[in-house]
Amino acid sequence: MKIGRRNFLYGGLALAGAGVFGVRWSDHHARAAASAATVAAGEGGFTVWLKIAADDVVTVYSPHIDFGQGSHTGLAQMAADELDADWAHMRVEQAPAIPGFATVELAQGFLPQVMGDGARHLPKALVAMLARNFPMQLTGGSTALRFTGQMAMRAAGAAARAALVEEAAERLGVPAGELTTAASRVTHARSGRSLRYGELAEKAAARSLPENPPLKTAKDFKLIGQSVPRMDIPAKVDGSAQYGMDIHLPGMKVATIMMAPVRGGKLTGVDDKPAMAVKGVEKVVRLDDAVAVVASGYWPALKGLRALSPQFSDGGHGTLSSAAIATAQDQLRAAGKPDKKHGSGDVAAALAGGRKLEAVYRAPFVHHAMMEPFAATAHFKDGKLELWIGLQDPLATRTMAAKAAGIGFDDVTLHTLIMGGGFGRRFPDKCQIIGQVVALAKAVDGPVKLIWSREEELRHGTYRPQVSGGMAAALDGAGKLAAWRMDYVQSEDSEAETRFPYQVPATARQHFQYQSNQDDGPLRSVNSNHIGFFNECFMDEMAHTAGQDPYKFRRAHLPEGSRHAKVLDAVAEKAGWGSPLPAGHGRGIALVESFGTIVAEVVEASVGADGAPVVHKVTVAVDCGTTVNPRNAEAQIQGAVVMALSMALGEEITLDKGAVVQSNFSDYPLLKLAGAPATIAVHFLDSGAEMGGIGEPGVPPTAPALANALFAATGKRIRQLPIRDQASLRS
Amino acid sequence: MTITATVNGKAVEFNGEGDTPLLWALREELGLTGTKFGCGIAACGACTVHVDGQPTRSCSLPIEAAAGKAITTIEGLKHADGTLSAVQQAWIEVQVPQCGYCQSGQIMAAAALIAKNPHPSDADIDAAMTNICRCGTYLRIREAIHRATGQAAQAVSGGAA
Repeated sequence: MKIGRRNFLYGGLALAGAGVFGVRWSDHHARAAASAATVAAGEGGFTVWLKIAADDVVTVYSPHIDFGQGSHTGLAQMAADELDADWAHMRVEQAPAIPGFATVELAQGFLPQVMGDGARHLPKALVAMLARNFPMQLTGGSTALRFTGQMAMRAAGAAARAALVEEAAERLGVPAGELTTAASRVTHARSGRSLRYGELAEKAAARSLPENPPLKTAKDFKLIGQSVPRMDIPAKVDGSAQYGMDIHLPGMKVATIMMAPVRGGKLTGVDDKPAMAVKGVEKVVRLDDAVAVVASGYWPALKGLRALSPQFSDGGHGTLSSAAIATAQDQLRAAGKPDKKHGSGDVAAALAGGRKLEAVYRAPFVHHAMMEPFAATAHFKDGKLELWIGLQDPLATRTMAAKAAGIGFDDVTLHTLIMGGGFGRRFPDKCQIIGQVVALAKAVDGPVKLIWSREEELRHGTYRPQVSGGMAAALDGAGKLAAWRMDYVQSEDSEAETRFPYQVPATARQHFQYQSNQDDGPLRSVNSNHIGFFNECFMDEMAHTAGQDPYKFRRAHLPEGSRHAKVLDAVAEKAGWGSPLPAGHGRGIALVESFGTIVAEVVEASVGADGAPVVHKVTVAVDCGTTVNPRNAEAQIQGAVVMALSMALGEEITLDKGAVVQSNFSDYPLLKLAGAPATIAVHFLDSGAEMGGIGEPGVPPTAPALANALFAATGKRIRQLPIRDQASLRS
Repeated sequence: MTITATVNGKAVEFNGEGDTPLLWALREELGLTGTKFGCGIAACGACTVHVDGQPTRSCSLPIEAAAGKAITTIEGLKHADGTLSAVQQAWIEVQVPQCGYCQSGQIMAAAALIAKNPHPSDADIDAAMTNICRCGTYLRIREAIHRATGQAAQAVSGGAA
């Protein structure tokens, strides 16, 4: 989750308090509109989240968009479990992009995480008013199941079940207490009579639903915890799934674009003629910081664009480079004036009095590299805009598109499409394509689809920022940590979302604010990504300084019986920590909590004959409280580990003269199948604690566990990512 | 100029310029959008189709070079009776796709591998499967290829416990 989102929520609360927040949609009005848009005659709509048709089919409306995380199926499992529905009758549809389907429960769940526990007591009506009038419909922050699932879908299922039982009791003339529900039927066992949900739904939905229906406890779960097959997969194996890239409309034009190579630069001039000479090209459109070519198809548009020689300014960033950023960050840290200080205890005294170690860690800009490049289709006609796009917040997209078009929110219709990856790249406030496609739609007659080439997608990312961390720690006489300090330099303070899990008498986390010309973005696991690397590698250094085993050293700093200790113990046991390894192999361990989930990993690695690291096996222990769909959760963790290995081993965006050096997968190499470890064994500890996320938390422990494994194998300490750029690891 | 070829068993005509990549002719002229655009330089494999049985990155093959050839896309991989091919079925059984965007290309690459080598080893799979998946589904791709060829997975890819 990105700070912009958080500021938005804070800002919204402040505005609401001041009475200046415009309320356009009352809760009642928004929900009524949502039902009108989704529930037909003969069907019963319960809350806005699910409906039951006469043929017993239950449709769940997901406000979250599928981009690989599998949450559509998980949300349906959670609703169906409380509803006692037959799984064969369950369907999931994407919720329309209207305020009645705003992610109210996400806002409700997320606020305490950024504002503290006090926010748990905010009235739901206030949060709902904010979420609907922002309006927000967010997919991100590993929140779909733990917030929308836990608070919206389960409650909707339970409320619908209660109403179905009441309706059946009246029809059968028996007390509700004598009725049971299972497999989409209400049954009166004593008389042997039963009614299908489909027969009851329309009338049941007209009853007043319980506001806070009792929910099942874990022992009664029938679907939560089951590895049911994902509903989205069949359409993804026969080519029928429709992504934003796949929209085709009659008379549609296709455009492609080139933005100022240096972020912050402007278009200063371009001669149309070379593009207009290309067969199929219809128009060259000048934007403030880009030039686009509109044509009959993508190929002529691309040929036309390549024929142009546009001139761009550099926004004053023409001397910026990755090396210059590293130097500027070091100077900021050396100046010793942090923008934010967190932690407690007298760190300076403890560092001065103990056995002290210092080191500087660095992580580069890293790109999301979603497999589907940006594509958006827009049609502007008679003051109305229609949009087809897949982004991580359709309602915020509508707001931004309306602003770009100079029309009202209600004059924008948005069709939400699934996304070919995202990983944090598709938050609307980071998506230049919204303004671009609106400008093109206003410049041409009929619909137009804008497709970014992979080169534009790679060079105009909102990267995980280039970051450095100055680490310092000291040991007391007993070989335990007496002090721990991290001085990190990046654009934002990460304190609210990262957590140092170890017990140390004196700690300091000092944020030094640095902003390059880039628009730093949230990338899968966000700040925990690089902060986890700094902390967990330096923890390894301190273990070795103390002459202790890295697992036992960590363990000695965790409270006995804590969730963190249990997860660490589990991964050590499952990985066979301490057991013999083939010559040249090493094991590394790391533990990071993010998005409410605690993950520990052990990586087994060696160095190949060519000096490149080889990852043999990754063992993962996960405590996310409750696992809704273990097989999908396993896939999310395995995928996160593979992505994190790819980033750690070879990914780096560098700047030169203010512009991104890399251009495509040819010089920004991603891990392929041959480089993936043979085994990623995932173990879930179903602790029953408050549910955590699953999409992101597998990322952060991977890079440090790998770097620590390579230290164990070679004796060479890695303090900079990617590992590819270290001197040969071969001893 | 008109270029003729066979796509999924049917004769078709392409009317674009001869240098138009096959990918865009399939997607924009024929509406076969199951074949995906990923990089445009034959680096990622999302656009993989079969050309005369060979796995081919259609973003980098001009339609003039595809003239007269038999092309199969993901939409043409099902059996004649409409049932899924063994590879597609294995992809569902193993629950391979996440975002799914690269999976048409992965499946076409796997189908071509299996056609040539009915019992590929892990090393054969490593060598043949060079398509990129950002969601990181590689372990399940390996497992699904073994499943499709009736082999037990040679390496245990993991397992929720």
